[in-house]
Amino acid sequence: MAVNSRGRRALVLTSVLGLVFGAAACSGGDSGSENNASSADCAPYEQYSGHDGKTVSIYASIRDTEADLLQESWKKFEDCTGIKIDYEGSGEFEAQLQVKVDGGNAPDLAFIPQPGLLKRFADAGKLKAAPDATKASAEANYSKDWLAYSTVNGTFYGAPLGSNVKSFVWYSPKKFQEKGYTVPKTFQELMDLSDKIAAGGEKPWCAGIESGDATGWPATDWIEDLMLRTGGPDVYDKWVTHQIPFNDPAVVKAVDQAGAILKNPKYVNGGYGDVKSIATTSFQEGGLPIQDGKCYLHRQASFYANQWPQGTNVAEDGDVFAFYFPTIDPAQGEPVLAAGEFTVAFADRPEVQAVQNFLATPEYANGRAKLGNWVSGSKGLDVNNVKNPIDKLSVEILQNPKSTLRFDGSDMMPAAVGAGTFWKGMVDWINGKSTQDTLNFIEQSWK
Amino acid sequence: MTTTTPVATAGAAVSADSPRTAVGRVRKRLNSPIATAASIVIAVVWTIPTFGLLVSSFRPERQIKGNGWWNAFTDPQFTLQNYQDVLFGRSSSSGQLASYFINSLVITIPSVLFPLAFCSLAAYALAWMNFKGRDWIYISIFALQIVPLQMALVPLLSFFSRGVTLGGITLLPAWGLTGSEKYIQVWFAHTCFALPLGVFLLHNFVSQLPKDLFEAARVDGASHPRIFRTIVLPLITPSLAAFGIFQFLWVWNDLLVALIFAGGTKETAPLTVRLAELAGTRGNEWQRLTSGAFVSIVVPLIVFLSLQRYFVRGLLAGSVKG
Amino acid sequence: MDFDFAAEGPKFAMLLYGLVAFVVVVGGLLLILDGIPSLLARRRERRELALAAVGGAVALGPGRRRNWEWLMAAGFLFPAGLLLLIGVVIPAIRTLLLSFMDGGSTAWVGLKNYSWLFSQSETLITLRNTLIWVVLVPLVATTVGLVYAVLVDRARFEAVAKSLIFMPMAISFVGASIIWKFVYAYRPEGAEQIGLLNQIWVWFGGEPKQWLLEQGAALNTVLLLIVMIWIQAGFAMVVLSAAIKAIPADIVEAARLDGVNAWQMFWRVTLPSIRPALIVVVVTISISTLKVFDIVRTMTNGNYDTGVVASEMYNQAFRYGQTGQGSALAVFLFILVVPIVIFQIRNLRKQRES
Repeated sequence: MAVNSRGRRALVLTSVLGLVFGAAACSGGDSGSENNASSADCAPYEQYSGHDGKTVSIYASIRDTEADLLQESWKKFEDCTGIKIDYEGSGEFEAQLQVKVDGGNAPDLAFIPQPGLLKRFADAGKLKAAPDATKASAEANYSKDWLAYSTVNGTFYGAPLGSNVKSFVWYSPKKFQEKGYTVPKTFQELMDLSDKIAAGGEKPWCAGIESGDATGWPATDWIEDLMLRTGGPDVYDKWVTHQIPFNDPAVVKAVDQAGAILKNPKYVNGGYGDVKSIATTSFQEGGLPIQDGKCYLHRQASFYANQWPQGTNVAEDGDVFAFYFPTIDPAQGEPVLAAGEFTVAFADRPEVQAVQNFLATPEYANGRAKLGNWVSGSKGLDVNNVKNPIDKLSVEILQNPKSTLRFDGSDMMPAAVGAGTFWKGMVDWINGKSTQDTLNFIEQSWK
Repeated sequence: MTTTTPVATAGAAVSADSPRTAVGRVRKRLNSPIATAASIVIAVVWTIPTFGLLVSSFRPERQIKGNGWWNAFTDPQFTLQNYQDVLFGRSSSSGQLASYFINSLVITIPSVLFPLAFCSLAAYALAWMNFKGRDWIYISIFALQIVPLQMALVPLLSFFSRGVTLGGITLLPAWGLTGSEKYIQVWFAHTCFALPLGVFLLHNFVSQLPKDLFEAARVDGASHPRIFRTIVLPLITPSLAAFGIFQFLWVWNDLLVALIFAGGTKETAPLTVRLAELAGTRGNEWQRLTSGAFVSIVVPLIVFLSLQRYFVRGLLAGSVKG
Repeated sequence: MDFDFAAEGPKFAMLLYGLVAFVVVVGGLLLILDGIPSLLARRRERRELALAAVGGAVALGPGRRRNWEWLMAAGFLFPAGLLLLIGVVIPAIRTLLLSFMDGGSTAWVGLKNYSWLFSQSETLITLRNTLIWVVLVPLVATTVGLVYAVLVDRARFEAVAKSLIFMPMAISFVGASIIWKFVYAYRPEGAEQIGLLNQIWVWFGGEPKQWLLEQGAALNTVLLLIVMIWIQAGFAMVVLSAAIKAIPADIVEAARLDGVNAWQMFWRVTLPSIRPALIVVVVTISISTLKVFDIVRTMTNGNYDTGVVASEMYNQAFRYGQTGQGSALAVFLFILVVPIVIFQIRNLRKQRES
């Protein structure tokens, strides 16, 4: 969604920078295809050869230093196959992809983070079905649930690329130790801990849902996470596909459960003020008071790791870290809210398919992970190749067979709801609108 | 516009630096201290947000996010880090800011020149040539100002990438522009979008030139192109400078057109694309945004200050000097 | 800092091509147009001579002259007209057609998008806000620009003083919005304020407020449109200041001999003299205000009842994939501008009559 991309375009730790600059220095001379890379080095890329001198364009929302890592991750592929990859990242990706496609200037490949948007292009007949090799490696490495997100009317359009886990609560291990708090394992423990902190006259939670033209999305993640926990995955699926109305009692229950935290004046908004301040606090700043001990808990996705000021130690024994947002009913398994982007093609030239096939392989996932700051849901990803502790934790959760994975619901709904009235409704809800009125408003917009 | 004003009817040549203008007198009579105070108040109110930005751009990240910029005076802590980040970047693949700077110039110069020429030609024709329906053409062009730019993106992009076909017959093939040829698209788009406002503004100034001027020239047997070149152009220089500045600012600050038609790569993308990337990377990189904003303000300000003298005498000076 | 000038070569080459194209296109057009009348004149002369020799009528002359006046005008209007057709007129027609189609532009739906427009309770709010914008922004921006232009005219440091007000114009809409978002920033009571407005408010003994949430009396909408005023006052000031400088001294002198005071001078001499420039400023600012969407999008994205028609149009067409509804909003915007167009037509009539 607008969202995980927004977060993922993040600044990378300084350690990565050295690597990037080093790499840039090496890749200075544009030697083209006929470089001196030894044939042994290029052996893994043999299957993609035969497209020397061709160019493939890729368009996505990933930018700046994150984009550097991306380009670094396929450098070797370019050198060995002679395929030139023209990468372009944009902050207005969703709107502009639409303009480019309608204007007849579609990129060859795009990394689309919203299954809803993917479906729109597929329905309009703009997308090309994924090549067989992509399909085969996706089927080998991803669960059925995951593949369903890029399948429209029985046609599979592309493999997942990066992923992120949203069911996290950020906290400060240091402060927890000072105060003698322990990481809650159940939802009840989480609420007990909140009460305990509140009883001491402090605000346990902090949140921020302001995000420019995407204001409201962090609150939708809250609702989705609680839908998974109060209603279970089946009800969640029905909700996302509109088989139950948006103002169904099951949804009301989930929203009220979120309200028990987000709209409880004793719980929020640590470091920022009253409940309403959640609406005007930017999502990037939402959890920062944790460092100063002005709040203790902040529910946000794994990519929030990039928001901490430089020099913050993000680790289980460090300044800040995250724990899994516990489930309410353990009998339902461990629901995990996740998001990610899919590699889809607007062209089916052989060199485009070669790139698409390459990006779908576990080899690529591992290579990319080694560069740092990346998570993938691929089963073929070796967790030892993942660098940051928080990314490691994410991969472990994604690969845990007990996890019940569900994709971010607002990314799957029609954009008018998922990126429109749902966001807007949540802002009004934080601002004091009742749960029922809010859900009625969203329901009437879903045609 | 109405020409029933003294401006156009007064053909007498008057020294522009005569102190006895209406306003000069108003100001004198208005009890100068009050006038001065009022102007200072407006200036301060207008400048404070930008000034706060300037101060912030030199403060360290933690300070910027921790307390208001006015604290910088009681607790001065300054750094050049923000400028360093913006100017030299941290992303290797994005390259040097200087490269984007050049892109911006390459985009802006023709995107200002073409509209200036086309608009003044059209404005002259609409103001001083006699042909059927000219008022309707003028009003239509004027009304086109409201067409939202966003709605024109898709058809114009399609014009370049697919060409023009009518009933299966290719009237114009796809342009197939790549690399730095994409500048052509950007120039073209900016020129199109500038026309309605440009024709409207310049028409207002051109139509206020004194009528006798043209009649005299016509009697002398001068052709329209000749009148346009030798009489109109020199007289409307101040208004050309003014419109030029506004068009320059619009193109220089534009992000949307650039992203669609130039793309976001360092080969063609202008400064704004790069700055948006810098600031948006983390969304709340306020410290980079502050310095970035100043880097991008510098050029427009220089242009304004250097062109200011052209219209200090007045946009309508021509009519007075007639 | 290894800046590779060679890599920039193609760009400068393109710039050169662009400039050459400019000279060729514009110069060429003028040359051709220059040639036409002399060519026609020569031919006509020859014909007239021939006719005169036969003793025929010379009455054909005037008719022909009007004829090539038309041709000449077509030449002058050709480049602008062609580009307008491609870049503005065709898109406008397309938008009109799309407004009668569904979200994916695949099927005709008649007036459904328009009935949707008026069935939304929110549309009324965006309409109300748009009206607030289009009344207040031109009014205040022009007034401030005019007052300031009058006040600093011929003052010492005039150039500097004008640059200060002009500066906001040099900042993009998005940049300006971010600056003002910072001015309105909120921190809870007791904490250090980082937003100037709240700091001043606190200094005067108030409790810090979340300004952008203040919906009473549409205060938040007013706070948003202040950004537009802040930007556009510079435009008004530049144009009006130039107009003021062009007021001929003899008019002023005459008025002075009549013994008018400063206020009368302003109302009876200055204002009427700059009326054309004033109209240009008000009309231009009004239209750009109707179209503005970046400010709303950046600061609130239309939340808390601050949406305007243009921002809603952008959301529908480019974020929600509802091209039909977005196009209907664009057409609606066009209808809003009709009063200004009519005003313009009346102006033009008056001008022609005089």
